[in-house]
Amino acid sequence: MSAEKRQKSSGNGVPDGMTASVLNVNGEAYPVVFPTHHTLLEVLREECNLTGTKHGCELGECGACAVLVDGQPVLSCLQITTDVIGKSIETVEGLQVDNDLHPLQEAFADLGAAQCGYCTPGILMVAEALLQQDAEPDDDQITEALSGNICRCTGYKRIIEAVKWAAAKKRGDDWRPADELFSGHEIPQ
Amino acid sequence: MVKVYSVPPDERPGETASELRIVGKPFRRVDGRAKVTGQTRFADDLQFPRMVHIKLVRSTVAHARIRNIDLSAALAMDGIVGTLVGEELPNSFGIMPVSEDEYALAIDTVRFVGDPLAAIAAVSEDIAHAAALAVIVEYEPLATIASVAEALTTPEPQIHEYADEGNIHKKVSLKFGDVEGGFEEADLILEDDFFYEGSNHLALEQHSSLAVAEDDDRVTVYSSTQCPHYVHRALSKTLDIPASRIRVIACSNGGGFGGKSDPFNHEIIVAKMALKLGRPAKITLTREEVFYCHRGRHPVQMHLKTGFRKDGTMTSQHLQTTLDGGAFGSYGVASTFYTGALQTTTYKLPHYWFEGARAFTNKPPCGPKRGHGTPQPRFAYEVQLDKAAHELGIDPADLRLRNLVEADTITANWLQIGTIGLKECIDAVVKGSGWKEHYGRLPEGRGLGIACSAYMTGAGLPIYWNHMPQSGVQIKLDRSGNVAVFCGETELGQGSDSILTAVVAEVLGIGLKDIRLCVGDTDLTPVDLGSYSSRVTLMVGQAAKQAAEKARDKIAEAVSEHMEVAMESLVFADGQVFPAHEPKQRIGFNEAVVIAESRFGTLGTTGSYIPPRAPGRFRGSGVGPSPTYSYSAAVLAVRVDPETGVYDIDRVWIAHDIGRALNPVLALGQIEGSVYMGLGEAMMEEQAFRRLPKRLSSALVHKMPSMLEYKSLGFHDMPEMTCYLIETDDVRGPYGAKEAGQGPLLPIMPALSNAIFDAVGVRVDQVPIHPELVLKGLQAKRQGREARVGPEKFPDINYGEPLIVHTPGQGGDGRAANDPKASRKGVRSASGTMKDRDEALKEHSSATLTTD
Repeated sequence: MSAEKRQKSSGNGVPDGMTASVLNVNGEAYPVVFPTHHTLLEVLREECNLTGTKHGCELGECGACAVLVDGQPVLSCLQITTDVIGKSIETVEGLQVDNDLHPLQEAFADLGAAQCGYCTPGILMVAEALLQQDAEPDDDQITEALSGNICRCTGYKRIIEAVKWAAAKKRGDDWRPADELFSGHEIPQ
Repeated sequence: MVKVYSVPPDERPGETASELRIVGKPFRRVDGRAKVTGQTRFADDLQFPRMVHIKLVRSTVAHARIRNIDLSAALAMDGIVGTLVGEELPNSFGIMPVSEDEYALAIDTVRFVGDPLAAIAAVSEDIAHAAALAVIVEYEPLATIASVAEALTTPEPQIHEYADEGNIHKKVSLKFGDVEGGFEEADLILEDDFFYEGSNHLALEQHSSLAVAEDDDRVTVYSSTQCPHYVHRALSKTLDIPASRIRVIACSNGGGFGGKSDPFNHEIIVAKMALKLGRPAKITLTREEVFYCHRGRHPVQMHLKTGFRKDGTMTSQHLQTTLDGGAFGSYGVASTFYTGALQTTTYKLPHYWFEGARAFTNKPPCGPKRGHGTPQPRFAYEVQLDKAAHELGIDPADLRLRNLVEADTITANWLQIGTIGLKECIDAVVKGSGWKEHYGRLPEGRGLGIACSAYMTGAGLPIYWNHMPQSGVQIKLDRSGNVAVFCGETELGQGSDSILTAVVAEVLGIGLKDIRLCVGDTDLTPVDLGSYSSRVTLMVGQAAKQAAEKARDKIAEAVSEHMEVAMESLVFADGQVFPAHEPKQRIGFNEAVVIAESRFGTLGTTGSYIPPRAPGRFRGSGVGPSPTYSYSAAVLAVRVDPETGVYDIDRVWIAHDIGRALNPVLALGQIEGSVYMGLGEAMMEEQAFRRLPKRLSSALVHKMPSMLEYKSLGFHDMPEMTCYLIETDDVRGPYGAKEAGQGPLLPIMPALSNAIFDAVGVRVDQVPIHPELVLKGLQAKRQGREARVGPEKFPDINYGEPLIVHTPGQGGDGRAANDPKASRKGVRSASGTMKDRDEALKEHSSATLTTD
């Protein structure tokens, strides 16, 4: 964009090609000015400085950038920002309450469901959307819900168990993943 | 100079497994909270005021001379701040000292599609991107090489003039023992050809680097790198600035798997641009660029000949490999040796001949990926063992058990074996899977397959030869009770921060939260060579243990004077220090530090680790040695549809000899992740290329440089996993620990091929095993042809005269018998430092030396 173009304005002082607005992220109002074609991923990371949301492909293929829009999982790298103005956006930064971890965060940290932690924010948000709909999802439901997310570190099984553990914690149930996930399977004699 | 514990082991807490408070327990990883809250700062999460964004202009042709680079259209764009071309960075670099063949930006020649030749800095990423596309490059095309076979038939033009021969980068031939004599003793000789396709690491985080200039010749580089020390060296060379003025900070990596182990051109470019413009500069690669940076698994073809006696024992082996290396050296010389080096570490092989060659091709460079060069020959070996078992009528699990290498022995190629828990591993997966009841007895379409492996716990030698520690740790303590630990190690997700913290906390008897880590910062932390070759747990762990023990002993000395009790009686546990016989006389750890600081002044200690010297003395003996080896065994249960060849893996049983799991949750995570990545390579992952038509310069482009089309396993693809931790307590590792991050990947691919054979009687001698390959084998079987799918012939290659090395069994001395270049004094034994090290080794098995 040329300097000349930038000075043009369609009104209220905002140059052509730019959008000025307020985004509702994690219940907080973020005033933002951004190139209109920028995705929600770019605006969250670059304008709101909410860098917890990650990118692995920017083509909607890996799920690392998933956030919730009005409670539904959305790939923020494919989401044009202007379409979510006025909607409720939730990111990983909004999961914890004050300094207390969300049950999903607790479970992921304790079970080793996050290794490098790069896919984790996206997976946590998709899992949170699932838990809001279903208090006790089974393995197949979790697998289905997370089928758009890629993790290269864990081999996925711990993630499924961590989601079930978090669901139990939310329900106040004392179910926890099998002991072998903490110490290995008992060696057959 | 070996540090002797001042407190006898049996009186100290934390020396026997039953007394350990943190080590061996499933504690939450120390960076766990940051990872689940989004607080971990990956390189691309950083930004600085006035920061410019860089995009690279990458070659669109596979091999050409650069005639002209026209930057005028780009420079005319609004928002462009600066540019760089190759001539501004004239010094070459490369991870291996023998193959420093890369330039930050191509100078005269581009060698693959994606080779960067100019850099554009702009006020925004959008503008930099648009400007990079506006650069016009004129090329003079050169012949392109797509494969090892083409490299052999196209010696000119050379992709690199330093190649051993034409476009064959490296040739090696190492002959241990009487290989021909061994074959004469055999009752059965098998010869097979195998192919293992290349694959990408596909770490979820794309590479990112950011540089901040602090003076006209002083710069800090933040980067997603596994090896900040090697980046530091490459920056000093390419920027022509003393290393003392360059600071490299390794951010937490969003996965590495070997893909962030090389120094990269984008890391050099951000530093140069920051210095040129006097403002921060950042680059983040797109996923497509990551596929073209690559450094992943080499495609390898193998010809394997092994002799067996009727009882299943092996008499001799001859392995030939060819590696498709891509356009640059990268780690390729090491990778070439690794396709042969570890063949001897699992089963007894009295005589062994390895020939390997790596070709230059006009594709992205291959390098190290999880298992570095060893999964390919391991696949060949373990599939061939399965064939031998069938020929000999021996159960495949038993065949392996009959051949196991013994602990504390030296292999035919002069590798020193430490503990070996492979028998326990095989027993566990055999019993767990019900192998004896089910193998060979399942209904048509269902099958079990077994395979084993070994891997290094850290490379015995550094990438560049030196006498210095491979890992260093410093500890600073003060009256606050806080313990700050400084180490050059780099967190990739594997848990290195947690291991470092746990070891120090264990020794000092304090909590994980009482320790502040400063890691991966070349200005502030002592050198650790990096997170590669599964070296961190053992090497960093030993250095940390030593530094912590020195700190504990210093504190103990002051406290013993203060309390008037024997120093040997003091116990450090639960944040307290007390005499073992009088626990009530306890003082807090911070109070103990106050006493020590009052007595000695400012407190600080160091720890260093150098691996034991390997017994091999021949040229090429530097690749393969390790302080000790980990072992794995796996059984896979597979279900094959005989009509379509489509298969599902029902379950994986895996046992891993880890020495000791310092944190079982993290260890299991490494094993499960290895199984997952192994399944990806076994079933679907392919870094494959196609040649465009001649009018498009015959460019060799990636077939599928996107995460959707490059197939990898998703949530729904994972079978059930049963993981057994086998603990053999190796004295060479901290608290007995060996590696877990790479070894468990290795048995997965051959176990799948073997299971498919058990299910439908089809041999698939290549990976990935696409269902259509299985179907092809099934069709051949139905037509009465050999039910085998795999390469039909091996490239015609002359590996040259072998280096002859007599084995330990022949009474050899570790030297080559026919090497005119070898010094009779032996390799690298002239220095006094090495002498000190050798003497120290006699006294202390872990070779942990003090630096003071």
